[in-house]
Amino acid sequence: MKAWRMVAWVVLLLVAGVSLAANRLAPAGYAKQYREAVAAPPTHQHWLGTDDVGRDRFARLLYGTRISLLLAPAAALLSTLMAALIGGLAGYLGGIWARAAMAMTDLFLSLPWLFLLITIRALMPLNVAPLVSVLVTFLLLGVLGWSSAARVLCSATTTLRNADFVRQAKASGIQGSRLFWIHVLPNLRPALYAQFWISIPVFILSEANLGILGLGVAEPLPSWGSLLKELEGMVSVGDEPWKFVPLILLIIVVTSFQLVLSNPDEVAA
Amino acid sequence: MLGRKLARHGLAIIAMALLGGFLAATLVRLAPGFNTDEAQLDPRLNSASVQALKQVRADQSNIFRFYAHSLRRALRGDLGVSLSLGQPVNDLLRERIPLTLRLVGMGLLLSWAAVMALALSAARLRISAYDGLATTLSGTLVCLPAAVLALLSVLWNVPGALAIGLIIFPRDYRYTRNLLAKAYTRPHVLAARARGLGEGRILFWHIIPVAAPQILAVAGVSVSLALGATIPVEALCGLAGVGQLAWQAALSRDLPLLVNITILVTLVTLLANSGADLIGSMWRGQS
Repeated sequence: MKAWRMVAWVVLLLVAGVSLAANRLAPAGYAKQYREAVAAPPTHQHWLGTDDVGRDRFARLLYGTRISLLLAPAAALLSTLMAALIGGLAGYLGGIWARAAMAMTDLFLSLPWLFLLITIRALMPLNVAPLVSVLVTFLLLGVLGWSSAARVLCSATTTLRNADFVRQAKASGIQGSRLFWIHVLPNLRPALYAQFWISIPVFILSEANLGILGLGVAEPLPSWGSLLKELEGMVSVGDEPWKFVPLILLIIVVTSFQLVLSNPDEVAA
Repeated sequence: MLGRKLARHGLAIIAMALLGGFLAATLVRLAPGFNTDEAQLDPRLNSASVQALKQVRADQSNIFRFYAHSLRRALRGDLGVSLSLGQPVNDLLRERIPLTLRLVGMGLLLSWAAVMALALSAARLRISAYDGLATTLSGTLVCLPAAVLALLSVLWNVPGALAIGLIIFPRDYRYTRNLLAKAYTRPHVLAARARGLGEGRILFWHIIPVAAPQILAVAGVSVSLALGATIPVEALCGLAGVGQLAWQAALSRDLPLLVNITILVTLVTLLANSGADLIGSMWRGQS
């Protein structure tokens, strides 16, 4: 398993490195149209061909990967912090606070994730600038994705609250926020780390779903969702197999993220 | 005892649905552009009509009054009118619910048939190659966005229910396989096998009763997953169900329709989870 984890790290670093070098590898950018080569098959100039409006698919894949790989971890960080704050404080304070926080968590969990996402996404204006749409999409993922992690963290904090070292700290006169920040929160690090890594592939897949449904990142900015939307017009797999490259890359990246955290128990231990 | 449990679950569901409805109404009220109504720009309207439209919006500006009004209307069975489709929400839901129920039901059936067959054989046989193959299959499926599976089902002309089944399968398989594998390693199962009990008897007398409550809980959660999967499957496969309606409502910012669908889905999810919990606890009580 350790070897697979190493492979996963190498793959992720490679994909992240290549996508960060998008400006060098595809200097023309993701929006440049090659009007003489609309919907062209792969050539030396366009490795993955061009899309229906003549944009280089390889360049769009590089820039789209960069957006997903940079913003999904950012959203995961936001959701993990929210989960730590809500779940951690609820578990630490206990009583009515814990019950209220868990009721709120139950409310969020009682709604299927995609329903919740499209409902909230629909409340925002849909015709916004592309950059704003990217931020709104990933911000929503971060803000709405805390509930299951909060439940885990609440339970972990409740266990910690009753741990011997916390009781000893209390007996030594450490109370309130100092006890939480110095003794409880650092011990939640393994659980926070696990939740952070678990959230990244979930958010990447959620963005892809939203993008395919037309509720994700706005054109002309590319993302995995908008790149996969191209599969919508296909008639058969054999006709244009290069259109599947973004999907294959997505599977590789998501698998790698899951392999990085292939044994959550080990991490949490 | 059972009656009290049922009452408690029922009250929790009602409270959660009311709270969810209030939150949804709050979000709708706070959404950008709530106070603007394109109908007010219609040049054919006279000033009195425009004033009347403005008055309607003003009445809704107080969130508590807005929610109380919506709730009163909902209790009378009136869920309002869809802004984008111009039809009563009741009619839209009545037309589309049967298709979604069929799709979700078939999807769950297909998924659970595959989950139980693969998980039971993987847990029972304990052949690492077979287990690895099943895990790889579920691992690959879990890495595919639900919308891609829906697109592939269109491309390969397979029914939408199969796409829903494939979306749910990997999530359920992992838990179920682990539960069954754990049950097979329990000391009393090993003792039963050592005494020469048949595999069928071990399965139905010693494995299923132990793992059933937790598998039922997973089954309850899978209803929520299946409902979520209806959005991409119905939207991309062109199936006129509730999922497609939710997607259309989201694209056209038809908030009354979207909020009603959201509450409906929340209720179904809560009922499924509570039902699974109740059956699980009854099972535990019997065994």
